[in-house]
Amino acid sequence: MESRYQLNKDLAQMLKGGVIMDVTNVEQAQTAEEAGAVAVMALERVPADIRREGGVARMSDPKMIREIKEIVSIPVMAKARIGHFVEAQILEAVGIDYIDESEVLTPADNTNHIDKASFKIPFVCGARNLGEALRRIGEGASMIRTKGEAGTGNVVEAVTHMRTMLNDIRRVKLASPMELMSIAKDFGAPIDLIKYVHDNGSLPVVNFAAGGIATPADAALMMQLGVDGVFVGSGIFKSGNPMKRARAIVEAVTYYNDPQRLAKISEDLGPAMVGINIESIDEKEKFADRGW
Amino acid sequence: MKKIGVLAMQGAVDEHLKKLKAVGAAGRKIRSEDELDQIDGIIIPGGESTAIGKLLEAFGLMEPLHKKIDAGMPVWGTCAGMILLAKHICDQKKTYLNAMDILVRRNAYGGQLDSFTAMQRVKHVSANEIPMVFIRAPYIDKADKGVEILAETRGHIIAAKQKNMLATSFHPELTADNSFHKYFVELC
Repeated sequence: MESRYQLNKDLAQMLKGGVIMDVTNVEQAQTAEEAGAVAVMALERVPADIRREGGVARMSDPKMIREIKEIVSIPVMAKARIGHFVEAQILEAVGIDYIDESEVLTPADNTNHIDKASFKIPFVCGARNLGEALRRIGEGASMIRTKGEAGTGNVVEAVTHMRTMLNDIRRVKLASPMELMSIAKDFGAPIDLIKYVHDNGSLPVVNFAAGGIATPADAALMMQLGVDGVFVGSGIFKSGNPMKRARAIVEAVTYYNDPQRLAKISEDLGPAMVGINIESIDEKEKFADRGW
Repeated sequence: MKKIGVLAMQGAVDEHLKKLKAVGAAGRKIRSEDELDQIDGIIIPGGESTAIGKLLEAFGLMEPLHKKIDAGMPVWGTCAGMILLAKHICDQKKTYLNAMDILVRRNAYGGQLDSFTAMQRVKHVSANEIPMVFIRAPYIDKADKGVEILAETRGHIIAAKQKNMLATSFHPELTADNSFHKYFVELC
């Protein structure tokens, strides 16, 4: 088991410096691969549409996921509802590469997340702060992403979550060993993982940005804040020119520290997705508050 | 101290830099043509070969890197790096650096559920078995005469050398063993 978990963390290492794109059909998956995505997230509706249309959002049709898996050579991910371990079993049976236990879908369990350690397939989970990240890792997640606020095209929540994570990590790192148990209690996080963060000054797994990234500048912003890579959901296929924008975001993640290149990359991309102000979203409609 | 570049388009770059430090070499990230002139050898890391290939093309690095390798600069490709070095790739016409006389099969063992570890001796590199991590790994289906086979596992070639070029299906940068990085730095 330990070696399987290590292999799953190692796959996330290979995705670093890359962009994972939401796709809803075979054509979009091909566009994403062609643009240089390191993986695709197969789902029926992008978060912006889930937000607009409402209703219960569930795991995608396995047939559609299989079709995408057949057409691309890069890793394929798909989403399961929070706590819906049978959706996860089904996705594992389909033989994809990664499951996102995602707040973008309607949660299936209001208390418990999936026992990810009992699966062979790797999981990525969203987090708003260090405690939440370490709880997910404690359950067996081998990759973390900021929750941000998916489907808004607004990067502010992803920034907030990343900054919170960094502040939390700093606090743990600078604490004296005798303070760690009290911090573990505050954060609601397993003590062994708090000790890991204290000793290493970082999460024990790869951490990506997600939730509201719509432009190359957004992607580079998150990279400069210290994430290992980015997920782009609605931002690409809800924009004027998906191929061009997808390429530009891929390039921006590589050259995130090079403003000259970023300027060039950002030129002439056509309209970005429209976007939503976070304040205008009803508290109950916020995806990030799903899960604990 | 030898200066070894790690191509930093995408993938597991930091892990190689840590290993280089551990074996007493100066590692640096390579993202531009100028930086290629300042190194004694280069590692092409694991990641997604399609993504790394696109970025090399988009930023005009494919040609300069190809020329450096052609002129004899030592290069080592791990996993995706092996695919980028190959002259032939199964089931696709598209190749990248077109440097090594090998035919590679991408995702040769399957998806992530088929990723695995092994222990194996590698010719020239280590007299003892070293740990190997295969992540959605490729293997070498066929190698021309000029290519020296360094290791095989499960009946397929997983490490090979041709002149200044080294290719491995697996990821020595993800294990506690330093012998592969030591070996490469000595070649540089």
